[in-house]
Amino acid sequence: MNENKRIGEPILRADNLHVSYGKIAALKGVSFEVHKGEVVAILGANGAGKTTTLNALTGVLPIKSGSVQFQGKSLVNVPTNRITAMGVVHVPEGRHIFPDLTVEENLRVAAYLYESKNKPLLQERKEQVFDLFPRLKERIHQPGGTLSGGEQQMLAIGRALVTGSELLLLDEPSMGIAPKLVAEIFQTITKIAKNGQTIMLVEQNAVMAMKIAHYCYVLETGCVTYEGTSEYIQANERIAQAYLG
Amino acid sequence: MSIIVQQLINFLQLGSIYALTAISFSMVYGIAGLVNFAHGSVFGVSMYVLFFVSTLLFQVMESTWLVYVIALTASCVVTSLVALLIEQIAYRPLRKAPKVTVVVSSVGVGMVLQYLILNTAGSKALRMPKLIPDIKFALLGVNIPLFKILIILIAIVTMILLNLIVKKTRLGTAMRAVSQDTIAAGFMGIATSRVISASFVFGAVLAAIAGSLYGTAYSIFAYNVGEQIIWWSFIAAVLGGIGSIRGAVLGGFIISAISILAPMVLPVSSYKDIVAFAVMILVLLIKPTGLLGKKVNEKI
Repeated sequence: MNENKRIGEPILRADNLHVSYGKIAALKGVSFEVHKGEVVAILGANGAGKTTTLNALTGVLPIKSGSVQFQGKSLVNVPTNRITAMGVVHVPEGRHIFPDLTVEENLRVAAYLYESKNKPLLQERKEQVFDLFPRLKERIHQPGGTLSGGEQQMLAIGRALVTGSELLLLDEPSMGIAPKLVAEIFQTITKIAKNGQTIMLVEQNAVMAMKIAHYCYVLETGCVTYEGTSEYIQANERIAQAYLG
Repeated sequence: MSIIVQQLINFLQLGSIYALTAISFSMVYGIAGLVNFAHGSVFGVSMYVLFFVSTLLFQVMESTWLVYVIALTASCVVTSLVALLIEQIAYRPLRKAPKVTVVVSSVGVGMVLQYLILNTAGSKALRMPKLIPDIKFALLGVNIPLFKILIILIAIVTMILLNLIVKKTRLGTAMRAVSQDTIAAGFMGIATSRVISASFVFGAVLAAIAGSLYGTAYSIFAYNVGEQIIWWSFIAAVLGGIGSIRGAVLGGFIISAISILAPMVLPVSSYKDIVAFAVMILVLLIKPTGLLGKKVNEKI
Protein backbone atom coordinates (compact mmCIF):
# COMPACT_ATOMS: atom_id res chain seq x y z
CA MET A 1 0.00 0.00 0.00
CA ASN A 2 1.18 3.49 -0.77
CA GLU A 3 -1.26 5.24 1.55
CA ASN A 4 1.48 7.14 3.35
CA LYS A 5 3.37 8.41 0.36
CA ARG A 6 3.85 12.14 0.82
CA ILE A 7 5.67 14.81 -1.10
CA GLY A 8 7.93 17.52 0.32
CA GLU A 9 8.95 18.22 3.88
CA PRO A 10 6.40 18.72 6.67
CA ILE A 11 5.73 22.41 7.41
CA LEU A 12 2.73 21.99 9.69
CA ARG A 13 2.40 19.32 12.32
CA ALA A 14 -0.60 19.04 14.64
CA ASP A 15 -0.39 16.52 17.39
CA ASN A 16 -3.22 15.20 19.57
CA LEU A 17 -5.37 18.35 19.32
CA HIS A 18 -8.25 18.71 21.74
CA VAL A 19 -10.80 21.50 21.32
CA SER A 20 -14.15 21.87 23.03
CA TYR A 21 -17.17 24.15 23.00
CA GLY A 22 -17.93 24.48 26.70
CA LYS A 23 -18.25 20.91 27.92
CA ILE A 24 -18.77 19.39 24.50
CA ALA A 25 -15.60 17.99 22.97
CA ALA A 26 -15.32 18.91 19.30
CA LEU A 27 -11.83 17.55 18.57
CA LYS A 28 -10.68 14.52 20.53
CA GLY A 29 -7.02 14.08 19.78
CA VAL A 30 -6.62 14.98 16.12
CA SER A 31 -3.17 14.65 14.55
CA PHE A 32 -2.13 15.51 11.02
CA GLU A 33 0.68 16.87 8.89
CA VAL A 34 0.87 19.19 5.94
CA HIS A 35 3.93 18.98 3.71
CA LYS A 36 5.37 21.78 1.63
CA GLY A 37 3.73 21.97 -1.80
CA GLU A 38 0.91 19.61 -0.89
CA VAL A 39 -2.84 20.01 -1.11
CA VAL A 40 -4.20 18.28 1.98
CA ALA A 41 -7.94 17.72 2.26
CA ILE A 42 -9.90 17.26 5.45
CA LEU A 43 -13.03 15.31 4.63
CA GLY A 44 -16.01 14.26 6.68
CA ALA A 45 -19.67 14.77 7.33
CA ASN A 46 -21.31 17.83 8.87
CA GLY A 47 -20.23 18.26 12.49
CA ALA A 48 -17.20 16.02 12.17
CA GLY A 49 -14.92 18.85 13.30
CA LYS A 50 -13.49 20.06 10.00
CA THR A 51 -14.10 23.78 10.48
CA THR A 52 -13.19 23.47 14.16
CA THR A 53 -9.80 22.11 13.11
CA LEU A 54 -9.06 25.19 10.98
CA ASN A 55 -10.40 27.55 13.64
CA ALA A 56 -8.10 25.94 16.20
CA LEU A 57 -5.08 26.31 13.89
CA THR A 58 -5.55 30.07 13.47
CA GLY A 59 -6.44 30.93 17.04
CA VAL A 60 -10.14 31.58 16.44
CA LEU A 61 -10.86 28.81 18.94
CA PRO A 62 -8.64 28.05 21.94
CA ILE A 63 -6.74 24.77 21.90
CA LYS A 64 -7.40 22.81 25.09
CA SER A 65 -4.43 20.51 24.73
CA GLY A 66 -2.08 19.20 22.09
CA SER A 67 0.50 20.96 19.97
CA VAL A 68 0.69 22.65 16.59
CA GLN A 69 4.02 23.44 15.01
CA PHE A 70 4.37 25.54 11.88
CA GLN A 71 7.92 25.59 10.51
CA GLY A 72 9.14 24.68 13.96
CA LYS A 73 7.19 27.38 15.81
CA SER A 74 4.19 26.70 18.02
CA LEU A 75 0.84 28.17 17.04
CA VAL A 76 -0.81 27.40 20.37
CA ASN A 77 -2.07 30.54 22.16
CA VAL A 78 -0.77 32.82 19.40
CA PRO A 79 -3.24 35.56 18.36
CA THR A 80 -4.79 35.23 14.89
CA ASN A 81 -3.04 38.27 13.43
CA ARG A 82 0.38 36.89 14.43
CA ILE A 83 -0.44 33.52 12.88
CA THR A 84 -1.21 35.35 9.62
CA ALA A 85 2.12 37.15 9.95
CA MET A 86 3.82 33.73 10.28
CA GLY A 87 2.26 32.71 6.95
CA VAL A 88 -0.76 30.60 7.90
CA VAL A 89 -3.76 32.33 6.34
CA HIS A 90 -7.36 31.32 6.85
CA VAL A 91 -10.07 31.73 4.19
CA PRO A 92 -13.10 31.15 6.39
CA GLU A 93 -16.35 29.41 5.68
CA GLY A 94 -18.87 31.97 4.45
CA ARG A 95 -16.01 34.03 2.94
CA HIS A 96 -16.12 36.93 5.41
CA ILE A 97 -15.14 39.59 2.90
CA PHE A 98 -15.50 43.20 4.05
CA PRO A 99 -18.88 44.15 2.54
CA ASP A 100 -18.49 47.95 2.50
CA LEU A 101 -14.90 47.98 1.27
CA THR A 102 -14.34 47.87 -2.47
CA VAL A 103 -12.58 44.92 -4.08
CA GLU A 104 -9.41 46.99 -4.20
CA GLU A 105 -9.71 48.02 -0.55
CA ASN A 106 -10.33 44.41 0.48
CA LEU A 107 -7.04 43.50 -1.19
CA ARG A 108 -5.30 46.50 0.35
CA VAL A 109 -6.34 45.45 3.86
CA ALA A 110 -4.64 42.12 3.19
CA ALA A 111 -1.35 43.99 2.74
CA TYR A 112 -1.71 45.59 6.17
CA LEU A 113 1.44 43.92 7.47
CA TYR A 114 3.81 45.16 4.79
CA GLU A 115 2.07 47.98 2.90
CA SER A 116 3.99 50.78 4.57
CA LYS A 117 7.33 49.05 3.98
CA ASN A 118 6.77 47.60 0.54
CA LYS A 119 4.13 49.18 -1.68
CA PRO A 120 5.37 47.54 -4.94
CA LEU A 121 4.85 44.10 -3.39
CA LEU A 122 1.16 44.88 -2.90
CA GLN A 123 0.93 46.00 -6.52
CA GLU A 124 2.68 42.84 -7.71
CA ARG A 125 0.49 40.50 -5.68
CA LYS A 126 -2.65 42.38 -6.70
CA GLU A 127 -1.71 41.82 -10.36
CA GLN A 128 -1.22 38.11 -9.67
CA VAL A 129 -4.67 37.92 -8.11
CA PHE A 130 -6.21 39.71 -11.09
CA ASP A 131 -4.44 37.25 -13.41
CA LEU A 132 -6.00 34.37 -11.49
CA PHE A 133 -9.43 36.00 -11.21
CA PRO A 134 -9.97 38.45 -14.08
CA ARG A 135 -13.55 38.96 -12.86
CA LEU A 136 -12.22 40.74 -9.79
CA LYS A 137 -10.42 43.27 -11.95
CA GLU A 138 -13.68 44.10 -13.68
CA ARG A 139 -15.25 44.75 -10.30
CA ILE A 140 -12.29 46.56 -8.74
CA HIS A 141 -14.25 49.60 -7.47
CA GLN A 142 -17.37 47.69 -6.43
CA PRO A 143 -18.10 47.13 -2.72
CA GLY A 144 -17.43 43.52 -1.71
CA GLY A 145 -20.99 43.09 -0.50
CA THR A 146 -22.39 43.59 -4.01
CA LEU A 147 -20.42 40.67 -5.51
CA SER A 148 -22.01 37.29 -6.18
CA GLY A 149 -21.16 34.38 -3.86
CA GLY A 150 -18.62 33.00 -6.31
CA GLU A 151 -16.93 36.35 -6.81
CA GLN A 152 -16.78 36.85 -3.05
CA GLN A 153 -15.05 33.48 -2.76
CA MET A 154 -12.53 34.60 -5.38
CA LEU A 155 -11.98 37.80 -3.43
CA ALA A 156 -11.55 35.87 -0.18
CA ILE A 157 -8.92 33.61 -1.77
CA GLY A 158 -7.28 36.56 -3.54
CA ARG A 159 -7.11 38.50 -0.30
CA ALA A 160 -5.39 35.58 1.43
CA LEU A 161 -2.84 35.38 -1.39
CA VAL A 162 -2.07 39.10 -1.03
CA THR A 163 -1.08 38.53 2.61
CA GLY A 164 1.71 36.33 1.25
CA SER A 165 0.48 33.03 2.68
CA GLU A 166 2.82 30.08 2.93
CA LEU A 167 0.00 27.81 3.99
CA LEU A 168 -3.48 28.58 2.74
CA LEU A 169 -6.41 27.21 4.75
CA LEU A 170 -9.56 26.97 2.64
CA ASP A 171 -12.82 26.27 4.44
CA GLU A 172 -15.64 24.97 2.19
CA PRO A 173 -14.81 27.07 -0.88
CA SER A 174 -17.70 25.44 -2.77
CA MET A 175 -20.40 26.24 -0.23
CA GLY A 176 -23.27 28.44 -1.39
CA ILE A 177 -21.85 29.02 -4.85
CA ALA A 178 -23.36 28.48 -8.29
CA PRO A 179 -22.20 25.09 -9.71
CA LYS A 180 -20.62 26.72 -12.74
CA LEU A 181 -18.43 28.88 -10.52
CA VAL A 182 -17.51 25.94 -8.26
CA ALA A 183 -15.70 24.31 -11.16
CA GLU A 184 -13.96 27.59 -11.97
CA ILE A 185 -12.85 28.08 -8.38
CA PHE A 186 -11.53 24.54 -8.08
CA GLN A 187 -9.60 25.02 -11.33
CA THR A 188 -8.03 28.12 -9.87
CA ILE A 189 -7.17 26.34 -6.62
CA THR A 190 -5.42 23.69 -8.71
CA LYS A 191 -3.54 26.42 -10.54
CA ILE A 192 -2.48 28.08 -7.29
CA ALA A 193 -1.31 24.70 -5.99
CA LYS A 194 0.71 24.08 -9.17
CA ASN A 195 2.48 27.40 -8.52
CA GLY A 196 3.79 25.83 -5.32
CA GLN A 197 1.25 27.14 -2.82
CA THR A 198 0.70 24.71 0.07
CA ILE A 199 -3.02 24.30 0.75
CA MET A 200 -5.15 22.71 3.42
CA LEU A 201 -8.68 22.27 2.18
CA VAL A 202 -11.81 21.50 4.15
CA GLU A 203 -14.65 20.22 1.98
CA GLN A 204 -17.93 18.43 2.23
CA ASN A 205 -17.79 17.86 -1.49
CA ALA A 206 -15.35 14.96 -1.13
CA VAL A 207 -15.33 13.94 -4.80
CA MET A 208 -14.30 17.43 -5.84
CA ALA A 209 -11.72 17.73 -3.07
CA MET A 210 -10.05 14.38 -3.79
CA LYS A 211 -9.56 15.40 -7.41
CA ILE A 212 -7.13 18.11 -6.36
CA ALA A 213 -5.78 16.81 -3.03
CA HIS A 214 -2.59 14.78 -2.68
CA TYR A 215 -3.40 13.54 0.76
CA CYS A 216 -6.62 13.25 2.77
CA TYR A 217 -7.69 12.92 6.35
CA VAL A 218 -11.18 11.66 7.09
CA LEU A 219 -12.69 13.10 10.26
CA GLU A 220 -15.53 11.51 12.17
CA THR A 221 -16.97 13.10 15.35
CA GLY A 222 -13.71 14.76 16.28
CA CYS A 223 -11.30 11.94 15.43
CA VAL A 224 -9.23 11.10 12.36
CA THR A 225 -10.55 7.72 11.26
CA TYR A 226 -8.70 7.31 7.97
CA GLU A 227 -5.85 8.96 6.19
CA GLY A 228 -4.04 8.36 2.95
CA THR A 229 -3.47 9.58 -0.57
CA SER A 230 -6.56 10.51 -2.53
CA GLU A 231 -6.11 7.36 -4.65
CA TYR A 232 -5.99 5.21 -1.54
CA ILE A 233 -9.10 6.78 -0.01
CA GLN A 234 -10.98 6.52 -3.30
CA ALA A 235 -9.93 2.91 -3.78
CA ASN A 236 -10.97 1.94 -0.30
CA GLU A 237 -14.61 1.09 -0.77
CA ARG A 238 -15.40 0.92 2.92
CA ILE A 239 -14.38 4.53 3.51
CA ALA A 240 -16.11 5.69 0.38
CA GLN A 241 -19.35 4.06 1.40
CA ALA A 242 -19.24 5.11 5.03
CA TYR A 243 -18.25 8.75 4.77
CA LEU A 244 -18.02 10.08 1.33
CA GLY A 245 -21.32 9.06 -0.25
CA MET B 1 -33.97 89.13 8.60
CA SER B 2 -31.28 89.64 11.21
CA ILE B 3 -32.92 87.19 13.60
CA ILE B 4 -32.93 84.55 10.86
CA VAL B 5 -29.20 85.02 10.19
CA GLN B 6 -28.49 84.93 13.91
CA GLN B 7 -30.47 81.76 14.44
CA LEU B 8 -28.92 80.19 11.37
CA ILE B 9 -25.45 80.82 12.83
CA ASN B 10 -26.62 79.46 16.18
CA PHE B 11 -27.99 76.38 14.45
CA LEU B 12 -24.71 75.76 12.60
CA GLN B 13 -22.69 76.31 15.78
CA LEU B 14 -24.74 73.93 17.92
CA GLY B 15 -25.03 71.45 15.07
CA SER B 16 -21.24 71.40 14.62
CA ILE B 17 -20.72 70.68 18.30
CA TYR B 18 -23.38 67.95 18.40
CA ALA B 19 -22.04 66.46 15.18
CA LEU B 20 -18.53 66.21 16.65
CA THR B 21 -19.68 64.76 19.97
CA ALA B 22 -21.98 62.33 18.16
CA ILE B 23 -19.08 61.16 15.97
CA SER B 24 -16.83 60.82 19.00
CA PHE B 25 -19.51 58.72 20.70
CA SER B 26 -20.23 56.69 17.57
CA MET B 27 -16.57 55.95 16.87
CA VAL B 28 -16.13 53.29 19.53
CA TYR B 29 -19.50 51.74 18.74
CA GLY B 30 -18.72 51.58 15.04
CA ILE B 31 -15.42 49.80 15.54
CA ALA B 32 -15.68 47.84 18.76
CA GLY B 33 -19.46 47.36 18.71
CA LEU B 34 -19.98 48.63 22.23
CA VAL B 35 -21.97 51.54 23.58
CA ASN B 36 -19.56 53.64 25.59
CA PHE B 37 -21.65 55.44 28.21
CA ALA B 38 -18.47 56.49 30.01
CA HIS B 39 -17.82 58.80 27.08
CA GLY B 40 -19.74 61.67 28.70
CA SER B 41 -17.29 61.69 31.57
CA VAL B 42 -14.39 61.65 29.12
CA PHE B 43 -15.91 64.79 27.61
CA GLY B 44 -16.13 66.24 31.14
CA VAL B 45 -12.46 65.48 31.80
CA SER B 46 -11.52 67.27 28.58
CA MET B 47 -13.37 70.42 29.71
CA TYR B 48 -11.60 70.48 33.08
CA VAL B 49 -8.14 69.89 31.64
CA LEU B 50 -8.79 72.68 29.14
CA PHE B 51 -10.01 74.94 31.92
CA PHE B 52 -7.09 74.38 34.29
CA VAL B 53 -4.35 74.46 31.65
CA SER B 54 -5.69 77.58 29.94
CA THR B 55 -6.28 79.42 33.25
CA LEU B 56 -2.71 78.62 34.23
CA LEU B 57 -1.29 79.69 30.87
CA PHE B 58 -3.18 82.99 30.82
CA GLN B 59 -1.17 83.99 33.91
CA VAL B 60 2.06 83.84 31.90
CA MET B 61 1.08 84.55 28.30
CA GLU B 62 -1.30 86.70 26.37
CA SER B 63 -1.81 85.11 22.98
CA THR B 64 -5.18 83.41 23.15
CA TRP B 65 -4.34 81.32 20.06
CA LEU B 66 -1.23 79.87 21.65
CA VAL B 67 -3.10 79.16 24.86
CA TYR B 68 -5.87 77.49 22.90
CA VAL B 69 -3.46 75.25 20.98
CA ILE B 70 -1.43 74.24 24.06
CA ALA B 71 -4.47 73.69 26.29
CA LEU B 72 -6.27 71.69 23.59
CA THR B 73 -3.19 69.53 23.03
CA ALA B 74 -2.94 68.87 26.76
CA SER B 75 -6.61 68.01 26.91
CA CYS B 76 -6.31 65.64 23.92
CA VAL B 77 -3.40 63.82 25.57
CA VAL B 78 -5.09 63.49 28.96
CA THR B 79 -8.47 62.38 27.56
CA SER B 80 -6.75 59.84 25.31
CA LEU B 81 -4.96 58.36 28.32
CA VAL B 82 -8.20 58.29 30.30
CA ALA B 83 -10.02 56.60 27.41
CA LEU B 84 -7.27 53.98 27.07
CA LEU B 85 -7.43 53.35 30.80
CA ILE B 86 -11.21 52.93 30.64
CA GLU B 87 -10.79 50.47 27.80
CA GLN B 88 -8.24 48.44 29.76
CA ILE B 89 -10.23 48.39 32.98
CA ALA B 90 -13.86 48.33 31.91
CA TYR B 91 -13.97 46.77 28.45
CA ARG B 92 -11.01 44.56 27.65
CA PRO B 93 -11.75 42.03 30.40
CA LEU B 94 -15.33 41.83 29.07
CA ARG B 95 -14.55 41.15 25.38
CA LYS B 96 -16.44 37.89 25.49
CA ALA B 97 -19.11 38.93 28.00
CA PRO B 98 -22.74 39.64 27.05
CA LYS B 99 -23.45 43.15 25.72
CA VAL B 100 -25.55 44.12 28.77
CA THR B 101 -22.60 43.46 31.07
CA VAL B 102 -20.48 45.85 29.03
CA VAL B 103 -23.17 48.56 29.13
CA VAL B 104 -23.41 48.28 32.92
CA SER B 105 -19.64 48.43 33.17
CA SER B 106 -19.51 51.54 30.97
CA VAL B 107 -22.19 53.33 33.00
CA GLY B 108 -20.30 52.40 36.18
CA VAL B 109 -16.91 53.63 35.04
CA GLY B 110 -18.57 56.82 33.77
CA MET B 111 -20.03 57.49 37.22
CA VAL B 112 -16.73 56.83 38.95
CA LEU B 113 -15.04 59.31 36.63
CA GLN B 114 -17.73 61.96 37.12
CA TYR B 115 -17.46 61.71 40.90
CA LEU B 116 -13.69 61.89 40.66
CA ILE B 117 -14.15 65.21 38.86
CA LEU B 118 -16.65 66.34 41.50
CA ASN B 119 -14.31 65.47 44.36
CA THR B 120 -11.22 67.04 42.85
CA ALA B 121 -12.68 70.14 41.19
CA GLY B 122 -15.80 70.71 43.28
CA SER B 123 -19.44 71.17 42.35
CA LYS B 124 -19.21 74.90 41.59
CA ALA B 125 -19.92 75.93 38.03
CA LEU B 126 -16.86 77.31 36.26
CA ARG B 127 -16.39 79.81 33.47
CA MET B 128 -14.07 78.79 30.65
CA PRO B 129 -11.48 81.49 29.83
CA LYS B 130 -11.95 83.06 26.40
CA LEU B 131 -9.88 80.90 24.07
CA ILE B 132 -10.76 82.80 20.91
CA PRO B 133 -10.34 86.61 20.78
CA ASP B 134 -13.59 88.47 21.30
CA ILE B 135 -13.91 90.05 17.87
CA LYS B 136 -17.20 90.83 16.17
CA PHE B 137 -17.81 91.56 12.53
CA ALA B 138 -20.83 92.50 10.51
CA LEU B 139 -22.47 90.06 8.16
CA LEU B 140 -25.79 90.77 6.42
CA GLY B 141 -26.49 93.54 8.89
CA VAL B 142 -25.83 91.36 11.92
CA ASN B 143 -22.90 91.57 14.33
CA ILE B 144 -21.45 88.09 14.50
CA PRO B 145 -18.78 87.06 17.00
CA LEU B 146 -15.70 85.54 15.37
CA PHE B 147 -15.76 82.54 17.70
CA LYS B 148 -19.08 81.31 16.30
CA ILE B 149 -17.67 81.19 12.77
CA LEU B 150 -14.46 79.58 14.01
CA ILE B 151 -16.37 76.89 15.91
CA ILE B 152 -18.17 75.95 12.70
CA LEU B 153 -14.91 76.00 10.71
CA ILE B 154 -12.93 73.98 13.25
CA ALA B 155 -15.71 71.37 13.37
CA ILE B 156 -15.84 71.13 9.57
CA VAL B 157 -12.05 70.85 9.23
CA THR B 158 -11.98 68.17 11.95
CA MET B 159 -14.66 66.16 10.17
CA ILE B 160 -12.90 66.44 6.82
CA LEU B 161 -9.61 65.34 8.39
CA LEU B 162 -11.29 62.42 10.12
CA ASN B 163 -12.92 61.37 6.87
CA LEU B 164 -9.53 61.46 5.11
CA ILE B 165 -7.90 59.40 7.85
CA VAL B 166 -10.64 56.80 7.79
CA LYS B 167 -10.80 56.59 3.98
CA LYS B 168 -7.18 56.92 2.93
CA THR B 169 -4.73 55.84 5.61
CA ARG B 170 -3.60 52.35 6.53
CA LEU B 171 -4.97 52.70 10.06
CA GLY B 172 -8.29 54.02 8.73
CA THR B 173 -8.67 51.12 6.33
CA ALA B 174 -7.86 48.73 9.17
CA MET B 175 -10.48 50.46 11.32
CA ARG B 176 -13.13 50.00 8.65
CA ALA B 177 -12.11 46.36 8.26
CA VAL B 178 -12.37 45.70 12.00
CA SER B 179 -15.72 47.46 12.14
CA GLN B 180 -17.13 45.32 9.32
CA ASP B 181 -15.71 41.94 10.30
CA THR B 182 -13.45 41.64 13.32
CA ILE B 183 -12.60 37.98 12.73
CA ALA B 184 -11.67 38.46 9.08
CA ALA B 185 -9.58 41.51 10.05
CA GLY B 186 -7.53 39.19 12.27
CA PHE B 187 -7.05 36.84 9.30
CA MET B 188 -5.58 39.80 7.40
CA GLY B 189 -2.91 40.26 10.04
CA ILE B 190 -4.54 43.24 11.72
CA ALA B 191 -3.98 43.45 15.48
CA THR B 192 -7.67 43.99 16.19
CA SER B 193 -7.32 44.91 19.86
CA ARG B 194 -4.85 47.68 18.95
CA VAL B 195 -7.25 49.04 16.36
CA ILE B 196 -10.01 49.02 19.00
CA SER B 197 -7.70 50.93 21.37
CA ALA B 198 -7.06 53.39 18.55
CA SER B 199 -10.82 53.94 18.19
CA PHE B 200 -10.96 54.91 21.88
CA VAL B 201 -8.17 57.43 21.30
CA PHE B 202 -9.94 58.87 18.25
CA GLY B 203 -13.15 59.17 20.24
CA ALA B 204 -11.31 60.92 23.08
CA VAL B 205 -9.51 63.39 20.80
CA LEU B 206 -12.77 64.25 19.05
CA ALA B 207 -14.44 64.72 22.43
CA ALA B 208 -11.61 67.04 23.51
CA ILE B 209 -11.95 69.14 20.36
CA ALA B 210 -15.73 69.25 20.78
CA GLY B 211 -15.22 70.14 24.46
CA SER B 212 -13.06 73.12 23.53
CA LEU B 213 -15.74 74.31 21.11
CA TYR B 214 -18.51 73.81 23.67
CA GLY B 215 -16.51 75.72 26.26
CA THR B 216 -15.96 78.56 23.82
CA ALA B 217 -19.61 78.71 22.84
CA TYR B 218 -21.28 78.42 26.25
CA SER B 219 -18.45 79.17 28.78
CA ILE B 220 -20.31 77.96 31.89
CA PHE B 221 -19.96 74.33 32.86
CA ALA B 222 -19.92 72.08 35.92
CA TYR B 223 -18.83 68.57 36.85
CA ASN B 224 -21.88 67.00 35.17
CA VAL B 225 -21.38 68.74 31.80
CA GLY B 226 -20.71 65.43 30.08
CA GLU B 227 -23.97 63.93 31.24
CA GLN B 228 -26.16 66.29 29.23
CA ILE B 229 -23.98 66.46 26.18
CA ILE B 230 -23.64 62.69 25.96
CA TRP B 231 -27.41 62.18 25.99
CA TRP B 232 -27.84 64.60 23.14
CA SER B 233 -25.01 63.04 21.17
CA PHE B 234 -26.42 59.59 21.90
CA ILE B 235 -29.78 60.64 20.45
CA ALA B 236 -28.03 62.28 17.50
CA ALA B 237 -25.91 59.18 16.83
CA VAL B 238 -28.85 56.77 17.12
CA LEU B 239 -31.07 59.01 15.01
CA GLY B 240 -28.48 59.22 12.23
CA GLY B 241 -27.51 55.56 12.46
CA ILE B 242 -25.11 54.60 15.21
CA GLY B 243 -21.64 53.67 14.03
CA SER B 244 -21.93 55.77 10.88
CA ILE B 245 -19.89 58.98 10.74
CA ARG B 246 -22.16 60.64 8.21
CA GLY B 247 -25.16 59.55 10.24
CA ALA B 248 -23.70 61.19 13.35
CA VAL B 249 -23.23 64.47 11.47
CA LEU B 250 -26.78 64.38 10.13
CA GLY B 251 -28.18 63.46 13.55
CA GLY B 252 -26.18 66.25 15.19
CA PHE B 253 -27.63 68.88 12.89
CA ILE B 254 -31.18 67.53 13.24
CA ILE B 255 -30.94 67.70 17.04
CA SER B 256 -29.51 71.20 16.72
CA ALA B 257 -32.42 72.26 14.49
CA ILE B 258 -34.89 70.90 17.03
CA SER B 259 -33.12 72.70 19.89
CA ILE B 260 -33.29 76.01 18.02
CA LEU B 261 -36.71 75.74 16.37
CA ALA B 262 -38.77 74.00 19.05
CA PRO B 263 -38.50 76.78 21.68
CA MET B 264 -39.78 79.29 19.08
CA VAL B 265 -43.10 77.49 18.67
CA LEU B 266 -43.53 75.66 21.99
CA PRO B 267 -44.86 77.34 25.16
CA VAL B 268 -42.08 75.92 27.37
CA SER B 269 -38.57 75.76 25.97
CA SER B 270 -37.62 72.53 27.73
CA TYR B 271 -40.35 70.78 25.73
CA LYS B 272 -37.68 70.58 23.03
CA ASP B 273 -36.40 67.45 24.80
CA ILE B 274 -39.76 65.80 24.20
CA VAL B 275 -39.65 66.76 20.54
CA ALA B 276 -36.12 65.40 20.14
CA PHE B 277 -36.99 62.05 21.73
CA ALA B 278 -40.24 61.86 19.77
CA VAL B 279 -38.36 62.41 16.51
CA MET B 280 -35.85 59.72 17.46
CA ILE B 281 -38.59 57.23 18.32
CA LEU B 282 -40.45 58.03 15.13
CA VAL B 283 -37.34 57.53 12.99
CA LEU B 284 -36.54 54.25 14.73
CA LEU B 285 -40.10 53.02 14.19
CA ILE B 286 -39.78 53.62 10.48
CA LYS B 287 -36.09 52.76 10.11
CA PRO B 288 -34.73 50.80 13.09
CA THR B 289 -31.11 51.28 11.99
CA GLY B 290 -31.38 55.09 12.04
CA LEU B 291 -31.39 57.37 9.01
CA LEU B 292 -28.03 56.38 7.50
CA GLY B 293 -27.37 53.20 9.48
CA LYS B 294 -26.80 49.89 7.79
CA LYS B 295 -28.21 46.58 8.84
CA VAL B 296 -25.48 44.80 10.77
CA ASN B 297 -25.32 41.05 10.66
CA GLU B 298 -24.95 39.59 14.12
CA LYS B 299 -21.28 38.95 14.69
CA ILE B 300 -20.23 35.44 15.69
